[in-house]
Amino acid sequence: MQLVDEFRDARLAKRIRADIEELSTKAGADETNPLQIMEICGGHTHTIFRHGIDKLVPRSIEFVHGPGCPVCVLPMQRVDEFLELAERDSVILTSYGDAMRVPGRNGSLQQCKAAGVDVRMVYSPSDSLEIARKNPDKQVVFFGLGFETTAPATAISILQAAKEDIANFSVFCNHITVPPPIRSILEQADVSIDGFIGPGHVSMVIGTRPYDFIAEEFGKPVVVAGFEPLDLMQSVLMLLRQIVEGRVMVENQYSRVVTRDGNPVSLSALNEVFETRPSFEWRGLGEIESSGLRIRKQFAEFDAEERFGIGYGSSVTREGYRDQYPCGKVMIGKLKPFDCPHFCKDCTPETPLGALMVSSEGACAAYHQYGGFQ
Amino acid sequence: MNDLITLAHGGGGKAMKDLLEEIFFPLFDSGGEDDQARLESSLLSNVGSKLAFTTDSFVVDPLEFPGGDIGNLAVCGTVNDLTVGGAQPLWLSASFIIEEGFSKALLLKIVKSMRQSATEAGVKIVTGDTKVVERGKADKLFITTAGVGVIPPGLDLSARKVRQGDLIVVNGYLGDHGATVLTARDQFSLRSDLQTDCKPLNHLMNMVLEVCPNVRCARDATRGGLSSVLNEIALSSKARLMIDERLVKLRPEVRGICEILGLDPLYLANEGALVLFVPKDEIDKVLRAMKSIPAGAESVVIGEVIELDSKPRVEMRTELGGTRIVDMLLGEQLPRIC
Repeated sequence: MQLVDEFRDARLAKRIRADIEELSTKAGADETNPLQIMEICGGHTHTIFRHGIDKLVPRSIEFVHGPGCPVCVLPMQRVDEFLELAERDSVILTSYGDAMRVPGRNGSLQQCKAAGVDVRMVYSPSDSLEIARKNPDKQVVFFGLGFETTAPATAISILQAAKEDIANFSVFCNHITVPPPIRSILEQADVSIDGFIGPGHVSMVIGTRPYDFIAEEFGKPVVVAGFEPLDLMQSVLMLLRQIVEGRVMVENQYSRVVTRDGNPVSLSALNEVFETRPSFEWRGLGEIESSGLRIRKQFAEFDAEERFGIGYGSSVTREGYRDQYPCGKVMIGKLKPFDCPHFCKDCTPETPLGALMVSSEGACAAYHQYGGFQ
Repeated sequence: MNDLITLAHGGGGKAMKDLLEEIFFPLFDSGGEDDQARLESSLLSNVGSKLAFTTDSFVVDPLEFPGGDIGNLAVCGTVNDLTVGGAQPLWLSASFIIEEGFSKALLLKIVKSMRQSATEAGVKIVTGDTKVVERGKADKLFITTAGVGVIPPGLDLSARKVRQGDLIVVNGYLGDHGATVLTARDQFSLRSDLQTDCKPLNHLMNMVLEVCPNVRCARDATRGGLSSVLNEIALSSKARLMIDERLVKLRPEVRGICEILGLDPLYLANEGALVLFVPKDEIDKVLRAMKSIPAGAESVVIGEVIELDSKPRVEMRTELGGTRIVDMLLGEQLPRIC
């Protein structure tokens, strides 16, 4: 198939693998002392496992699966708050498919749907807007979720709702941004990540500039990568070249999609509708400064937090919500999923205890599904 | 309003009798008046030594999709369940739960599809039932079929018979049905020329058994797709299976739909996909036999049993040259956002 097969060529993969092996030796890495490369984005984690790239690269390369799975880092409390809206009758809840399984304290959206709550899976916030147009007597709330990749679509649906004056549509906003958690990880003293694979679709929106601090302040190389297997392999090779040649910079492997300055239309919609929250909670990582988006006051009528008086309050210190599992350690590369005492024992994709077991992009779920039990 | 099914059609009186005479009796093989089918037991004892009996319910949405409808599924599904156990399917029952207000013309079309698939498979629909429920109490139409078949003496298909080195054969392209129904739902505004692969597999299976009576076991890869049947077999035979991504046949449309929606084609449903475990030294004649009829024209070896008495698992060599686990599907496949 065009535009897919050329990015999955086994012969090219073999050649890149040989180059990776050569350069990682030059960099002084080996099986006992591997180079740690963090892929920030959950989509990359998925690609790595789906195509067996973790087994294809030499053992001198170790992938560390970063915090870039929005479903995984969603605080449990936000699921509960969203579901509480359904207790007011005449509310239709709408959500992306992969948020349907995230466990709240009283079950997931999927479980509550089975119990009779009107939760509908949509593929885009514009589907949610359409449900609102067709059900003027009901309040339709969209569960806004994801990084800068999905946030522009949410922004545009709010702009559209404002334009059409659709009074029964609102967004429960959980959008988050990529750069702050990277800073938070890098600020931890004992992190030994050697380089970052930057997210592809987030960068399509925000460009590559926002990652400059990783190179400039923390001296770590970054390569923004596409989502096909050869994209990822080439990005590992580009990181190794930087390391061996002693360069530290932000490079762009995904140049067929990503530019230095991002997509101005998306950025302007984001800026028009959203502002940065002082702080937002990441499941497994805790509160991270300036890492979440909220809807600006001028669009308050489309903000479910305002409309239903929910507000945002951190759950980190709240009884019953505290994360007692070592998911955060996995997310910053200090613990491998299979070294966690709960992995595949009491924590499985069917009964996830921690966030990383929830979505197929979470590191633990990916290890469970594709990686075997080592 | 004469073209709609009403509660009266399920009431047991004249309206129901008229419906049966108008739609079901002419197309099915029931005796008519009696509430049971009376079957010649000699048919059973002459052909086989064991009776096979199975049932399945069909609740597909939408009811019609490119290449077929719920009627084709209801017959082929049960025929194929009998077939992969080694049985010659003979008789079917068909039970209908119809939502009030359903179109009589569509019911007739669906019943005709059942007739067509039954003729194709060479089975008789010998008894049935209809119920009409109030609007909102069922989603348009549900069909349950049960099937009886006979297993010839000496034939015993079972996952326990799988041996190291056995080859895994599939009769063609995978995922067509799942991708067709997904696009037919029109939820994603995707268009394609895909058609369901829904078809009876009994003739194809007979071709195989004729040349290779000791084929180890067979499955039809319906819900949960190829990965689910392979995992089932790996579990019950305690085997490690290895398939090769490059050998699995997928149409470009199916790959495209999966890439766009973030789905894995190995989990997509099929309605006419036969998966066989065949002793290595008999593979040539099996493939030749399968390829001699349209239902098996695209048959292909996709992998093998690499180890017995191991931790049961299904692995796949990826097209890139890596390997990965192909796990059982958990819950339903949900589209991913990134």
